[in-house]
Amino acid sequence: MLVLDHIHLAYDTAQGPRHVVRDLSLTLETGKIGCLLGASGCGKSTILRAIAGFEPLRQGEIRLAGATLSTAAHRLAPERRAVGMMFQDYALFPHLSVAQNIAFGLHRASRAERKARVQALLATVDLSGAHDRYPHELSGGQQQRVALARALAPDPDLLLLDEPFSNLDIDMRERLAFEVRDILTASGHTALLVTHNQAEAFAIADRIGVMHEGEILQWDTPHTVHHHPAHPFVAQFVGREHVLQRREQALSRGQ
Amino acid sequence: MSTRSKVLRPTLSALALCGTLGLSFAAWADGEVSLYTTREPKLIQPLLDQFTKESGVKVNTVFVKDGLLERVRTEGAQSPADVLMTVDAGNLLDLVEGGVTQPVKSKTLNDVIPANLRDGAGHWYTLSLRDRVLYADKDLALTSFTYEDLADSKWKGKVCIRSGQHPYNTALVAAMIAHDGAAKTEQWLRNVKANLARKAAGGDRDVARDILGGICDIGLANAYYVGHMKNAEPGTDARKWGDAIKVIRPTFSGKPAGGTHVNITGASVAKHAPNKDNAVKLLEYLVSEPAQVLYAQANYEYPVRKGVKLDPVVQSFGELVVDPLPITDIVKHRKQASELVDKVGFDN
Amino acid sequence: MADVSYLHRVRAALQERGLVIQTAAFLLAALVLAPVVNLLWTASGGSTAHWTHLLHYVLPHAARNTLALLAGVGIMVTLLGTGAAWLVTAYDFPGRRTLTWALLLPLAVPTYIVAFAYLDLLHPIGPVQTTIRTMLGYDSPRQFRLGDLRSIWGAIFVLGTVLYPYVYLSTRAMFMMQSASLLEAARTLGCSPRQAFLRVALPMARPAIAVGVSLALLETLNDIGASEFLGVQTLTVAVYTTWITRSDLAGAAQIALSMLIIVLGLILLERHSRKRQRYVTTQKMRPLPRRALRGPKAWMALAAGVLPVLLGFLAPAAYLVVETVKRYTQVGAVSHALVNSLYNTLLVATAATVLTVAAGLILAWAGRQLRDAAPANGGRVMGRMASLGYALPGTVLAIGLLGPFVWFDRALGSLFGLSGLLLTGSMAALVIAYTVRFLAISVGSLEAGLARISPSLEQASRLLGHSPAGTLRRVHLPLLRPAMAAAALLVFVDAMKELPATLLLRPMNFDTLATWLYAEAARGTYEEGAIAALAIVLAGLLPVILLARTNLKFGN
Repeated sequence: MLVLDHIHLAYDTAQGPRHVVRDLSLTLETGKIGCLLGASGCGKSTILRAIAGFEPLRQGEIRLAGATLSTAAHRLAPERRAVGMMFQDYALFPHLSVAQNIAFGLHRASRAERKARVQALLATVDLSGAHDRYPHELSGGQQQRVALARALAPDPDLLLLDEPFSNLDIDMRERLAFEVRDILTASGHTALLVTHNQAEAFAIADRIGVMHEGEILQWDTPHTVHHHPAHPFVAQFVGREHVLQRREQALSRGQ
Repeated sequence: MSTRSKVLRPTLSALALCGTLGLSFAAWADGEVSLYTTREPKLIQPLLDQFTKESGVKVNTVFVKDGLLERVRTEGAQSPADVLMTVDAGNLLDLVEGGVTQPVKSKTLNDVIPANLRDGAGHWYTLSLRDRVLYADKDLALTSFTYEDLADSKWKGKVCIRSGQHPYNTALVAAMIAHDGAAKTEQWLRNVKANLARKAAGGDRDVARDILGGICDIGLANAYYVGHMKNAEPGTDARKWGDAIKVIRPTFSGKPAGGTHVNITGASVAKHAPNKDNAVKLLEYLVSEPAQVLYAQANYEYPVRKGVKLDPVVQSFGELVVDPLPITDIVKHRKQASELVDKVGFDN
Repeated sequence: MADVSYLHRVRAALQERGLVIQTAAFLLAALVLAPVVNLLWTASGGSTAHWTHLLHYVLPHAARNTLALLAGVGIMVTLLGTGAAWLVTAYDFPGRRTLTWALLLPLAVPTYIVAFAYLDLLHPIGPVQTTIRTMLGYDSPRQFRLGDLRSIWGAIFVLGTVLYPYVYLSTRAMFMMQSASLLEAARTLGCSPRQAFLRVALPMARPAIAVGVSLALLETLNDIGASEFLGVQTLTVAVYTTWITRSDLAGAAQIALSMLIIVLGLILLERHSRKRQRYVTTQKMRPLPRRALRGPKAWMALAAGVLPVLLGFLAPAAYLVVETVKRYTQVGAVSHALVNSLYNTLLVATAATVLTVAAGLILAWAGRQLRDAAPANGGRVMGRMASLGYALPGTVLAIGLLGPFVWFDRALGSLFGLSGLLLTGSMAALVIAYTVRFLAISVGSLEAGLARISPSLEQASRLLGHSPAGTLRRVHLPLLRPAMAAAALLVFVDAMKELPATLLLRPMNFDTLATWLYAEAARGTYEEGAIAALAIVLAGLLPVILLARTNLKFGN
């Protein structure tokens, strides 16, 4: 379970500290997929980076699975956290093959274990044939799936997704979002996604947090956020069309 | 001055044409002589001025740093050169072999210059000597030395010398071949190499510097540098290096024994010299007492004329007994010397 | 009447495709290839006796020395250059900004000058050892002295200190192009910062490192001054002494040919690496955030960064300044010979610069035309051939050009009844050699400049009625001024510094600052050498400043 406990995040500028996130708290249950939804500059990416360990906290605490990751005084190094990340630009290592990329975080496992895990993950993301290909030979969607496999390989306690679909074509985005959701719920991983795209948010998340200028205005199920917006901004932000789409999806699945 | 003139590259000067045309007018006038020399002007200018004062003959000097032979050959019959002056026996003999000199007879020259230091037919004459001597740490208890001694194992790790392929050294090695034969010389080279304190590189003055620096105790180099160094201003680097060493004139122990190896500066009369008589006059002047004194005092070289007053520093080296071997004998072994240096890997 | 219109059409066709320019360009390119061809020709003319002698006694040792030198320098510049690049890219500490461009300063110091300086600095009676002795309480060098610099290790050290900037430049550019998310991804996958550097940043930068190393090694091959002063018999030294001292031109050509093999290997390495560099940087870039260092760690970082600058520039430059002042206060004037060499140097460098920039313009322009007409191959061939001249070591180039020069002279001579001295007897040979050698610089700069000019500008000009030549004159040339200026500066300074080819191709009684310095050092009369050296280094600072400013724009 991920707990953000009254966290404050700020940047130092020449004119003094610029506050990005003020007194933000949320809890994400294990196995659930959360999503921070908001416009550019609202601080959502910063929160993600703070959870990953790349940004320091001014105040508050971040806890994961009972362990404290960050406080204002102390920050556990990223490589010591059991946190995986998918990046907006995929961040696949261009000098390594697909298999080597996926195996990158498994350097403590035995060779046999590594091999087996890589095969399994490739199958999960439906890229078994790409074992020895290189990132520049793959399409955007394929690269993103490799990125997912790589992040999941060391079996992290939490997976962070930083606008992972924004570099893809529009028709790819939603499709990949659904696929990712299926993979994650199947494997039971906890995940937190940030995006400015409502379609993705509603497609993938169990909990959505609508953000505005460093604050979470509402943190709830998609249904509640849409039907019972707790704040005029939320109501404004969430459009009707997505309700229709979700309804269609629900219908087609027989819910 | 040292040159790399022993060069077979076909580099010729187009400017020579223009210069030639200009000079040729001057040279054909009476009371003039044209000197082509590889020595730096400031070293011989005082001598030439004195000659003009005494004889009334004007001297036109063309300073040719490299490729004297090529230049004169190119100029051909139109060449205004009367006297060709050079440094290094090999270069001088190259001029003769290159066919740009003519024989001249002069009693004065024959009287002053020993037979082994001039051409029998009169194609070339030595003007001054550059002995290759032992620089030794001034505190070393050493009074005499032979070139062959340098190979003695007691000098292991104590010898400094410049590159074996440098013309000064190949001349010495050639002389040694003439004295001791090729096989012994090869062994000598091997042993000297084993005695080297550092790589055979740098210049002659570096030998003095390295002795001061404690890298080695002895080395072979040209004597006139010592004159320059010991006469330098106190406090300068050159003076410090000079004061750190003393000079011993080594001799050959192989037959003909007892002489010190010298290289020479010399001159010839050009084949197509328009002012042959003035040319001979100039040569005779250059071996006269006043000129030879200037050679000795200004350049610290050893005069070819006997009985000339030397610079006190040079005087302190003792008497120079010139190696009686004819220069031509030395020069003919030059190529073999160079090959031996390579074979032994002296510079490696 | 029909004839006239036919001529008109031919002329139009020529103008249209700029055939005149193409021909000129091909001739230029041929000039670059001529040395290689001629080397083969000259080499084959030697006697077997000579060749056997060289093969047994000269070549093996020279080849071994050269390879050892290349290996040692390669390792040293990789460590120094990559380390320095990573230091200023990944960390932040006081003085980092200055260090970013200061690390380029050793580029101003040619290899023969740094050798010359260190021979004095590190001599037992030089300042460094004297200070050490005083500190340890010894009086005389005979009681305590360090090893001699005149060895292969000394050569590796000396060359490494001034050649590392090649690796620093390309590697730093690479590190700056690496996306931060790659290193962060590595961190999220369990890598500590050091592991992230070793497993991600460094392997990705390998192509850039290889490019820098191959450039540094080409410079090492080219060097004659440092190797000779330090007594290391390399292939370049062997070429030189075989020609000059052993009077064996054919033998020299033979050794030069064997050097070409190494050169080819290095060129291939550089080309291959440049290609690999391209695919590695396809990601969208988020620059690396720098880790701020504080306290003792920050000072250590600064010290580590300053060390290469100290060794490669500050120490030699300070030495030259001190010696110059010493000499000047002692004597109060500079010799006539020195002034003469300065004059000659400026003359030759200026002539070479004008010729090289003009030739570079033609090649770059022709390359672009060819690229437009036949995109597959034509354009690149020009640039490739030009860079061959840069890769050839100076001594090899000199021998290679000698044959064509002599042939040309003889041809001209028999044609006009001259004595056949036009090229080889005058500065012309030297200027042409410089042009061939530095053509790559001007072609590179001008190609880049041309590429920045949008084709639509040219199209607009053509539609407004100007011929290709007119467009070149009125549109491209003015826009190319910065590129031409940069090229001119780089070529001028490189020409000022050039030693190996100049030693062999200069006309008689002609000294440049570099050859004059070389002669002084070879003779062991160091008195005025420092002044010439200082002049060269000061000139060398100009392109470094230019480089630093361009770099800074893309840096911080």
